[in-house]
Amino acid sequence: MGTEIEAQGKSPGANIHTHGTRLSYLIGLGYATVLTFASFWASSTDVIYPHGVPILLGVLAIAQMGVHLVFFLHISSAPDQTNNILALAFGIFVVGLIVFGSMIIMAHLNHSMMPMDRLLQIQR
Amino acid sequence: MSAMEQALAASDAVPLSLRGPAATRVVAGYGFWLFLLSDIVIFAALFAAYAVLSGETAGGPTGAALFDKKHVLIETACLLASSVTCGFGSLAVQSADRSSTYCWMAITFILGASFLSLEVSEFSHMLAIGAGPSRSAFLSAFFTLVGTHGLHVSIGLCWLVVMLLQVATLGFQPMVSRRLFCFGLFWHALDIVWIGVFTIVYLGVH
Repeated sequence: MGTEIEAQGKSPGANIHTHGTRLSYLIGLGYATVLTFASFWASSTDVIYPHGVPILLGVLAIAQMGVHLVFFLHISSAPDQTNNILALAFGIFVVGLIVFGSMIIMAHLNHSMMPMDRLLQIQR
Repeated sequence: MSAMEQALAASDAVPLSLRGPAATRVVAGYGFWLFLLSDIVIFAALFAAYAVLSGETAGGPTGAALFDKKHVLIETACLLASSVTCGFGSLAVQSADRSSTYCWMAITFILGASFLSLEVSEFSHMLAIGAGPSRSAFLSAFFTLVGTHGLHVSIGLCWLVVMLLQVATLGFQPMVSRRLFCFGLFWHALDIVWIGVFTIVYLGVH
């Protein structure tokens, strides 16, 4: 049964190594806690250059998502996880397209839009 | 022999075309993984809407005036802790340990329910001071995004109760442990979405 499953690849989160996995959840919890506190600290501190804070928060969030994927969902680069990784990569691609695409398009539209008071003047 | 060596040996022994369909657990897990990714795409659309509309307050209250960071930190802690207890629960399911499954999954339920009650209290406070979803485009986007996440959490809690009842009545049959395994994936994915929510919405990156 075990070799049969592994010959066919592994589902995400599947854990053949049962030893030390409780430890892996605890390590994940440790990293995630540190990163969460770092995010909340960075958003309310004056120490960091204000324009750098959003970038720092973005980096911390992506790092924490990575920690969750590796330690909680057990996604790895092992050869039997190729399908999961490919699906994940496609998901990230679509998410990036939707989020950044919408933001860029709407910012441009906003920029080329006539100010509302002048629009009202023309209509009068 | 490590699992990876076993897998390589097995893949050498039987050619890919002769291996037949994959085990149900692999197929179910992969299918559920695809569902989760499509769910995350839905959240991406809501995040995009929020990012575009977050400045459009129409003279109403802004996010900085409405959000309480301490409240959000407690919510985050609840969800993170419930993710870890859910992981311990799925380890208990793997070793077919009924009492510790009940114990960890009950703690997961309580933490998830306290997250939800904190969110409901936040929403009702905002509604009470007149900052409901109809106040401005910013608040519409906020309630849609955070409300959809809250809806997912409440569906997850219902699912968890159903799964515990199935463990009680059916025991650890392969289909029950498969469903519990999918529940674990769902719960961890919700936590990943919450990272985006607290970073973009509550800590104000856009």
